[in-house]
Amino acid sequence: MSEIKTLSTSAPIAMSRPLLGWTFHDSVVIARSTILASFRIPEALFFQLIQPVIFVLLFAYVFGGAIPIPGAEPGSAADSSLYRQYLMPGIFGQTVAFAAAASTVGLAEAMQKGIIDRYKALPMSQSAALIGNTLANTLRQILVLTVLSITGYIVGWRINDGILNAIYAYLLLLLFAYTVTWVGAFVGLSVPNTETANTAGLIWIFPLTFLSNAFVPIDSLPSVLKAFAAFNPVSSLVLATRELFGNPTGYAPGADPGFWSLQHPIAYTIISCTVVIGIFAPLAIRKYRNVSGR
Amino acid sequence: MAKEDAVHAEGLVKKFGEVKALDGLDLVVPRGQVVGLLGPNGSGKTTTVRILATLLKPTQGIAYVNGFNVEKQSDEVRHSIGLTGQYAAVDEFLTGRENLRMFGDLYHLAPAYVKDRSEELLEWFDLSEAADRPAKTYSGGMRRRLDLASSLIAKPSILFLDEPTTGLDPRSRLGLWGVIESLVAEGTTVLLTTQYLEEADKLADDIVVIDRGRVIAHGSAEDLKDQIGGDRIEVSVSDITRARDAQAVLAPVFGGESLITDSLISGPVSGSTVLVDVVRLLDSQNIAIADLALRRPTLDDVFLSLTGHGAEDETTGKPTSRSKRGRNR
Repeated sequence: MSEIKTLSTSAPIAMSRPLLGWTFHDSVVIARSTILASFRIPEALFFQLIQPVIFVLLFAYVFGGAIPIPGAEPGSAADSSLYRQYLMPGIFGQTVAFAAAASTVGLAEAMQKGIIDRYKALPMSQSAALIGNTLANTLRQILVLTVLSITGYIVGWRINDGILNAIYAYLLLLLFAYTVTWVGAFVGLSVPNTETANTAGLIWIFPLTFLSNAFVPIDSLPSVLKAFAAFNPVSSLVLATRELFGNPTGYAPGADPGFWSLQHPIAYTIISCTVVIGIFAPLAIRKYRNVSGR
Repeated sequence: MAKEDAVHAEGLVKKFGEVKALDGLDLVVPRGQVVGLLGPNGSGKTTTVRILATLLKPTQGIAYVNGFNVEKQSDEVRHSIGLTGQYAAVDEFLTGRENLRMFGDLYHLAPAYVKDRSEELLEWFDLSEAADRPAKTYSGGMRRRLDLASSLIAKPSILFLDEPTTGLDPRSRLGLWGVIESLVAEGTTVLLTTQYLEEADKLADDIVVIDRGRVIAHGSAEDLKDQIGGDRIEVSVSDITRARDAQAVLAPVFGGESLITDSLISGPVSGSTVLVDVVRLLDSQNIAIADLALRRPTLDDVFLSLTGHGAEDETTGKPTSRSKRGRNR
């Protein structure tokens, strides 16, 4: 900087319009940067991976014997093995629900640090920052689900219904992750600062995951909570993945769950995800256009 | 004619709820010039830049940047400008090179061009060695340079610098000034906001002083200093109870209104024997002097003279620790 050098003055060379359009191009650029950045914080990545693993171990070994699963003698070895089979899809569901947190915190931070301002002053697609962020946080779940599946395998969880159904199950989990990241994005743009994003921004995820069939069969719940849990998309997601992985569903074979959402868990999951994205993606994009950072 | 200027804004009003951040602001930045927007915190500097950079819509008024309407042709405006904010807005987890690549890609520039341009900028900003380290590890000055480099990737003809050196140490500040001067020498138009008269003085051809969302003065740094009457004298008396006496006895020395803050009396003066006169007058009344200084006017003086309040006062009128204590230099 001290020497007198001059910058070249030739005109900048523009890129030709990509085949899939600028919004897609810009979203990929943002997603790439977001993923790259997340690998630069090994601690955060580590804890993001270790948290679901701790949940697996806690539930498998601490609560495992206490929660009866239809189809086995309570307290027997078969029962606790069945519970682990039952548990893993619940942990998968809970884990992908927490993908929302990364979007909430990430966007609140980007806003506070003025990065959103910079994006908005660039001639880029105005929705790409959000599409890229939600995409990145969803893709990162692939790594999380891989680690989780390996842990599950170690404690006795198995894929029992073929690889194709298992792939459907994982895709359903990723669809759900993508859905909640949009809700998370909206929350992240709505909170006043990162501190709030870290606390209040995540508080809705806890009841969402615990008021479901993720860890206990919902038949044990009082009727009002039971109805809520039945229509909670986490329940349909978890039930759908249990069926697709060939794991115990919590219902005796042939038993009727009594709610449409649980009679058709795959359909209900896809419908509810579509509806939630349909509501929150436009809300988040509108919020993004209107926020003025800091 | 509005379209010939790099920036042309007329009657900008911006309301945030009940608060009027801008109250009919007019601003012209001719092409190739540096205009300094000078004002205290909360005076509307940042709001003005944010409107011109298409980040905010004005409540009223119209603005053109590079001949494009900021509201109706925001995409064209964004292609014409570079924006460097008060906070270094780079992704701190990405390296310097990755940041430049990301912003280059988002400007829709050809990958090969982005690569060459990044290398050039990294070298020019003295960041080559740090190019592959996350920006998190950079010093404040380095981050600010990376921030500025990011806004230069597409060679914008107009650069908005919002308090580019706030919070930097003097050495980094000098370095950044050098960079800005080189850019201007190459024909870039710059709109610079600052709280420092010295900075505006050093860089700007033209200074626009704003307060409470309006332009209150306009001209070169010399014009502004002359406007408030040249040199000032500041006398601090040992005994605070005698400050009023001191002000009275010094009345013949001051060429205009003098101010008193605790034990400090200050006012505009002229003439070369003025220091001697001050000492003689105070001594004749047995008023002990704790400190005595003759100095060139500062931004604070410009503000005191133009608005009746100091540059660092908040417009909310709440006394800050600084304004309570007196003035700061």
